[in-house]
Amino acid sequence: MRVSRFGVAMAGALAGGMFIGGHALALPEGIETVKVAPPSKDHPLPEIVSGWNFRAPETQALQSDDFENPGFIWVEQGAELWDAVDGSEGKACASCHGDAAESMASVGAEMPKWSEAKGKPINLEQQINACRTERMGAKAWKWESGELLGMTTFVRNQSRGTPVNVQTDGPMKPWFEKGQNLYYARVGQLDLACANCHQDYYGKRIRADLLSQGQSNGFPTYRLKWQKIGSLHRRFKGCMKQVRAKPYKVGSDEFLALELYVNWRGEGLPVEAPAVRQ
Amino acid sequence: MKFRFKLGTALALAALLPVAANGAAMVAPDGVQIKDGTVAGSLTGAAGDPAAGKKWFVGRKLGNCLACHANSDTASEPFHGQVGPALDGVAARYSEDEMRAILVNSKQIFGDATIMPAFYSIMTDKRVRKEFEGKTILTAQQVEDVIAYLKTLKE
Repeated sequence: MRVSRFGVAMAGALAGGMFIGGHALALPEGIETVKVAPPSKDHPLPEIVSGWNFRAPETQALQSDDFENPGFIWVEQGAELWDAVDGSEGKACASCHGDAAESMASVGAEMPKWSEAKGKPINLEQQINACRTERMGAKAWKWESGELLGMTTFVRNQSRGTPVNVQTDGPMKPWFEKGQNLYYARVGQLDLACANCHQDYYGKRIRADLLSQGQSNGFPTYRLKWQKIGSLHRRFKGCMKQVRAKPYKVGSDEFLALELYVNWRGEGLPVEAPAVRQ
Repeated sequence: MKFRFKLGTALALAALLPVAANGAAMVAPDGVQIKDGTVAGSLTGAAGDPAAGKKWFVGRKLGNCLACHANSDTASEPFHGQVGPALDGVAARYSEDEMRAILVNSKQIFGDATIMPAFYSIMTDKRVRKEFEGKTILTAQQVEDVIAYLKTLKE
């Protein structure tokens, strides 16, 4: 099954765009650019590049066709859940938000957002669960559960192609700064910060991996290593474990701040969810 | 049960009194003196084993030097890193004592910004995962083995 799917994807990529220097020229489906200029001079990166750019042609090919992209299993699951009534209030997401293609067209590119009610930023997973518990009278979905991954991927996918644009001023400022501090904090037995690899050495090989900029625009992302889709916070955890540090918890304030900051580092890149990575 | 108790006691004693195979006292991580970019003399009091050092050099769970550094001598191993300089001829560029200082704590040689981890230093206040807490990446013996291997990379 996997072999034939791979074969079809490769053939599709070869037909859709030429390979030059090992890279397919065809962009991921729904995406017009994988590289943008930094929005300001004080941005830490000289160019902002999607993780797509750093992956092997066969991995790129899997994302370049929605029928081949395994992440769409979760998009489809999310689409079904969108219309499914759940909880004591007899509501579905669609009861309030109607057609997701319209109501969610930019939301996925703008999270985390400031929540006046909570007095802190809220990300997409948290907003979905807030809707469930506070409006639908339904139980919160567990982080990394099939349901939460499905709904998060479905909602983010509505913003596919929309440039990432997060608020970092006003009440968001201390959270932005907290995320920035975390990004540059060296942790673990290997004593590495995000910046050591993803700012200073992106584009270089580290053993079998090609270091990317660690951009977040493709999340939730289908990782071949995981054989499933996963959240950005799960990826943060994996990185921290690799440097032999004790990871923060998914949904923690630390990862929320880091998410905000990492999203800002990728401002202007179109949302790709669900991306396919190695 | 009795055997396990005895083994435990022996291990505890070994931890209290780190002794190299030849009987010389080992230098503990916090006792290493880096002076003028060098650590003078073996951490174990003995020379390392270059064949073992080569194993730690390529081993993903140990030194994993190859993750960042290319090395023609290990060309048969796939995936050489591009983060640090290639180590071909490293023995011609650094003395043994300089290599030892770089392995122990490269930040004292290359500056705080270097990406290279310290292989014989204990990290504190760094959220180190429990299984690595209070431990160095390589043991003193492994550091000496890697140095013995690096010394063979003359060109």
